[in-house]
Amino acid sequence: MTTIIAILVLGTMASLFGALLGYASIKYKVKGDPLAEQIDDMLPQTQCGQCGYPGCKPYAKAVAEGEAINKCAPGGDDTIKKIAELMGVDVQPLNESHEQDNNPKVAFIIEEDCIGCTKCIQACPVDAILGAAKQMHTIIVDECTGCDLCVAPCPVDCIEMRPLVPTTQNWQWDLNTIPVTRLD
Amino acid sequence: MKSIIERIKKGHFWQFHGGIHPPEQKFLTNDKPIRTVELPQELIIPLQQHIGQSGELLIKPGDKVLKGQQLTQFSSPMAVPVHAPTSGLVTAVKPSTIAHPSGLNDLCIFITPDGEDKWQERKSCENFYQLSQHELISKIANAGIAGMGGAGFPTHIKTNTQSSVNYLIINAAECEPYITADDLLIREQSTTIIDGIKILDLLLKPEYILIGIEDNKPEAIKVLKQGTKDIEKIIVCVLPTKYPTGGEKQLIKALTGLEVPSDKLPLSLGIVMQNVATCYAIADAVINDTPLLKRVVTITGQALEKPQNIWALLGTPINYLLAQCGYLINNDKHLIMGGPMMGFSLANDNVPIVKTTNCILAPSEEEISTKTKEVDCIRCGQCADVCPSQLLPQELQWSAKAKDHNQLMKLNLFDCIDCGACAYVCPSQIPLVQYYRVAKAEIRQQQILDLQAEKAKGRFEARKLRLDKEKLAREAKHKKAAEARKAAMNNKTASGKSATSAVAAALARVKAKKLGAKAPQEENIVNVSDITQRTSDLSDKQSQVAIVIAKAKANKEAVKAVNSVANEKNETTTKIVKEKTTKDKALDITLVVEQKKEMTKAATEHSTTPTLAIADDNKEIKRKEAVAKIMAKKKIKKQQEIETK
Repeated sequence: MTTIIAILVLGTMASLFGALLGYASIKYKVKGDPLAEQIDDMLPQTQCGQCGYPGCKPYAKAVAEGEAINKCAPGGDDTIKKIAELMGVDVQPLNESHEQDNNPKVAFIIEEDCIGCTKCIQACPVDAILGAAKQMHTIIVDECTGCDLCVAPCPVDCIEMRPLVPTTQNWQWDLNTIPVTRLD
Repeated sequence: MKSIIERIKKGHFWQFHGGIHPPEQKFLTNDKPIRTVELPQELIIPLQQHIGQSGELLIKPGDKVLKGQQLTQFSSPMAVPVHAPTSGLVTAVKPSTIAHPSGLNDLCIFITPDGEDKWQERKSCENFYQLSQHELISKIANAGIAGMGGAGFPTHIKTNTQSSVNYLIINAAECEPYITADDLLIREQSTTIIDGIKILDLLLKPEYILIGIEDNKPEAIKVLKQGTKDIEKIIVCVLPTKYPTGGEKQLIKALTGLEVPSDKLPLSLGIVMQNVATCYAIADAVINDTPLLKRVVTITGQALEKPQNIWALLGTPINYLLAQCGYLINNDKHLIMGGPMMGFSLANDNVPIVKTTNCILAPSEEEISTKTKEVDCIRCGQCADVCPSQLLPQELQWSAKAKDHNQLMKLNLFDCIDCGACAYVCPSQIPLVQYYRVAKAEIRQQQILDLQAEKAKGRFEARKLRLDKEKLAREAKHKKAAEARKAAMNNKTASGKSATSAVAAALARVKAKKLGAKAPQEENIVNVSDITQRTSDLSDKQSQVAIVIAKAKANKEAVKAVNSVANEKNETTTKIVKEKTTKDKALDITLVVEQKKEMTKAATEHSTTPTLAIADDNKEIKRKEAVAKIMAKKKIKKQQEIETK
């Protein structure tokens, strides 16, 4: 008799908890991968594809699934440090196949040479190029992430990457570079 | 509030934390009247001289301007206009070095004075009590007045408040060593300053007006007390001399005992603060209709023969003012804009005076050494003792050096007022405040980058969504078109019949040809069937066009083929030649059809907006290819670099 009661009680409890867990898994289901989302927030969102993935989000997903964390060239060491902290892995130096120079740049269209082929417009991941077929194109500087994906498709090589000019708004203090000279 | 006022009236004030007593050095300039100098050869007027946005240009090079003429107009509320300080000719509008620690260039208006100093028409207003609140504020805004104590906050915004004001504090503390500009201004122009205070009283309606002044300016205190003795609500508060009493939060604490919370404005406590020089400018603007064209600047330092306060027109290059004060030319030149504690070194001496410039310091090498001998921190803690914001300068320094932005935010870096007291007392001569400035700029930059990343992500995702939508729309369209075609084929209408029969006939003819002809002709059929195959894959427009072309071509071809077959029968000798021609023709067809395909493709591309360009399954592959190309390019570049090395 005791055995039957025990089986009954335990069985009821098991089915009860099972139902509860089942309900919770449906009700509180997390859509997407939260880890990938977090990593995506740390990436610089240039969408440049230098990591070998088509955009920042795919790379974030890949990192969440175990891809190397040192493939984001525009993010540089800062981003690697942040991801390493989040993932609980060691900080690695930036993958050597990337250029070390990650100074901010913007694309610039030499407008005299532009033939209006719209190829760069199709390549731009953030829609930062304005233009129409057989019309001169131009870059919206404020939206350009400097990913240089538009450089390769240009058939007349009229796009170049230019370093961002420092203004008083984005200028960084450098303690030892102010030359005290006289202008004549 | 009553207890506060009682306490103030008794002459008891509060203490803010820390503070220092650096050598005042005010004796260099406080015994001489304010001097007026002749017009300089050229005036350089930066478009932006305040916090906020610069206005839009109203003049162009070659224009003649009158004194007081507005040069920029403002569309946003935070923008402040600039005016022509004298009459003359606008020679250029170009970037030039501005009064900023970076020594970067910004857009400036260059004016060559004509020497006449001819005013534009002015309407003076004797009785400002008749003016409405709105008129007063618009007069202040049009005069281009921005806080003249150093921060350069647009005054018309500070004076246009709806919330009730308990205290209006007039900042006459002038705590920084060397500077005596406000002291001299009070002594010489006290009536105008008091008029300015009365106008502010009209605008803000405070319960009390407190004038905070340090006890090292006895003459100014006397003049102010004399001028305000009839006005009950104005109290001249004489505070003990201590740096930085003139800091906004420090002065509020010293006068009222209230502490402004972190990231809040003094207005949250019902307090508004204005500098004395700003009061002077307000009175000048309202009463005399004179925009902000000149200000008192202390030109001082031991590298000068005759240091003195000067009424300098805005835009006067500082080398002109230095020359007026007998600048001893030495090679190792070090010029500071602002005081020795909070000022910054200038990149060159062609920088113009702006609305916020209160002092130009030309120290000798013994006075302020340019050579720093920073040694390791010995953890003495003196910096924390003197910090007026009660921060932990030593901790901040470690985190700033390690670039640990999170820790810096936890240590409330942005409550630092850059006063430099910590660096002043540091026995290891660590330029602490410079580290904080660097860290603040880095954090601000990071915040901008984060915002940009957020924006880029949004745009990227919006684009992806749009492309997916387009793809779906296109697929749906194709499906519909295919169904329509199918229906047309099945339909037993005349056109449907003819279309089917034409294709069928063509195919039959081709088949016949295949049977009749030999190996080379087989190739043709492959080509033709290949074309039909391909055309059916294309989008409806493309495929329709292509089918029509293919049909036409096939018809022609079929006729030719029939002919050739006939010829074959009749003249077997010319067979080989004919075979060759048919082969060529077939090749031509392929070419033409290919071309047409290209054209229709281009046409469909152009018919949709260019930004909404093709995005099919190939898109991803293309993108990957582009990435691979770039990577390859970069690798080659790198290789070359290594080789050259």
